[in-house]
Amino acid sequence: MEKRVIFKGVWLPLLLVAPQAAITAVFFFYPAGQAIWQSLFIPDPFGLSMRFVGLGNFEYLFGNSYYRASFVTTAIFSTLVTAVSMGVALYLAVLADRLIKGSGTYRTLLIWPYAVAPAVAGVLWMFMFNTRIGVVSWYLGQLGYDWNHVLNEAEAMGLVVVASSWGRISYNFLFFLAGLQAIPKSVIEAAAIDGARFWTRFRTIVWPLLSPTTFFLLVVNVVYAFFETFGVIHTITAGGPQQATTILVYKVYADGFVGQDLGSSAAQSVILLAVVGLLTVIQFKYIERRVHY
Amino acid sequence: MSGMVETRGIGHWLTHAGLILGVAFVFFPIWLAFVASTVTQADIVRPPMPLWPGPHLVDNYREALVAGVNVPVARMMWNSLLMALGIALGKIVISLLSAFAIVYFRFPFRRMFFWLIFITLMLPVEVRIVPTYEVIAGFGMLNSYSGLILPLVASATATFLFRQFFMTVPDELAEAARVDGAGPMRFFWDILVPMSRTNMAALFVILFIYGWNQYLWPLLITTDPGMNTIVMGLKQMFPSGDDLANWPVIMATSILAMLPPVVVVVAMQKLFIRGLVDSEK
Repeated sequence: MEKRVIFKGVWLPLLLVAPQAAITAVFFFYPAGQAIWQSLFIPDPFGLSMRFVGLGNFEYLFGNSYYRASFVTTAIFSTLVTAVSMGVALYLAVLADRLIKGSGTYRTLLIWPYAVAPAVAGVLWMFMFNTRIGVVSWYLGQLGYDWNHVLNEAEAMGLVVVASSWGRISYNFLFFLAGLQAIPKSVIEAAAIDGARFWTRFRTIVWPLLSPTTFFLLVVNVVYAFFETFGVIHTITAGGPQQATTILVYKVYADGFVGQDLGSSAAQSVILLAVVGLLTVIQFKYIERRVHY
Repeated sequence: MSGMVETRGIGHWLTHAGLILGVAFVFFPIWLAFVASTVTQADIVRPPMPLWPGPHLVDNYREALVAGVNVPVARMMWNSLLMALGIALGKIVISLLSAFAIVYFRFPFRRMFFWLIFITLMLPVEVRIVPTYEVIAGFGMLNSYSGLILPLVASATATFLFRQFFMTVPDELAEAARVDGAGPMRFFWDILVPMSRTNMAALFVILFIYGWNQYLWPLLITTDPGMNTIVMGLKQMFPSGDDLANWPVIMATSILAMLPPVVVVVAMQKLFIRGLVDSEK
């Protein structure tokens, strides 16, 4: 689609795109290019020169058990975060959609945790489950359960998953509720007249009609779990115990800034770039599909 | 006709009960943080801590804002405010300009510019942290507001939003402006910008929250506590090693860290939802 009516001139439009072009070039294309370039080298121990190793950094990474473990950790973590945050949100949205009055009030009460930063959410959950003073861990102790996410890998994973999903429920709830409210009531009533119970109606009518929303949220939540949960991990577990919660983005940070292993960190960035590219393609395939509706 | 499948009696109350449970789950962590920010350290370190607010709200918040742990929290909030405003306004301004150029002009490399911006759509700063850090360090922008803001202004979402919107503006308006002898910038200021006001406001809400809640980037480039933002500075308030954290002050800070974006979301709920839906298109 193009405008038929346009203005004349060449320098003015170039001047208008210049700020965005300059910022994108300096802070996006140059660093991304640097990442690809650096991923082909290993700096010597004194940082004076770089030795070309070709795909050596990548070979090393995929041969490294910690890195492969980090892939698995990321897969488990993002699957759980996506499932928990979408599951709870869908449940609440279905309930809110059943109400004739008052769904707006619940929406107001449920959406604002969206505004709480992942790092702040991390601090809140870490406070509740703190092994020494946490309220929840204390009551669990009274029930005879010894909570210790500092030592127990499964508990650490559980805690970062819940803390990451918590604020995300708002976002998913909003989109699910909008999706549910867009389904024509007459379709559902027709099924009800035919004697279909709630669960049958949900399974055969609501769920299929909701699938564009669900698919969209699936992609967006995976992206969130991959990249935006750094704050949660960093505040609660710092990747531990024994790297049990070291997701890929955390490892780029840990190797690049804490471990100062620039070649490896750059190679990891390039791999993440590929992952993002893949997710983008999936998302655009979806958008194309939606345009044809 | 909505009466057909509405729930009555027990089902109706179960629906409310389910929702109230969900609201409680969402509120509980924040309630606990609020309670912790109104009691003393002694109340917290002897578990279980109280579940009802105590009388020390003013003391704790005053201590946080004025003294803090490494740096006064008021200072960190000021840094966060500048960063959030800089990112939100910066993105809106450069995006409006480039979208205007791309939609209303034909110039060399137009398609190239379009695709170069397009590629940046989804790449988060988390993926290119080390090289971006080196660029900022090379410019001497560590511990500066421009270092906090500029790398996060490079994103295409807003440009696309404005492009989509400009495409829906009737051609007759530009035609009329041209017939009246108005130049392109006159048309931009007097017609396009006023028409885009709602879009700008909706986008502003989303971008302000995005900027305020940044964590990794400020963590990397602000080594001077005086330049910390509140969201990243919160974690820095925990002592390393076995020292006991100053919980009432830290929890007061966490409440202060979420207050501005939460107020923005609740006060501008309509714009917020619109911005959320728009920016995901």
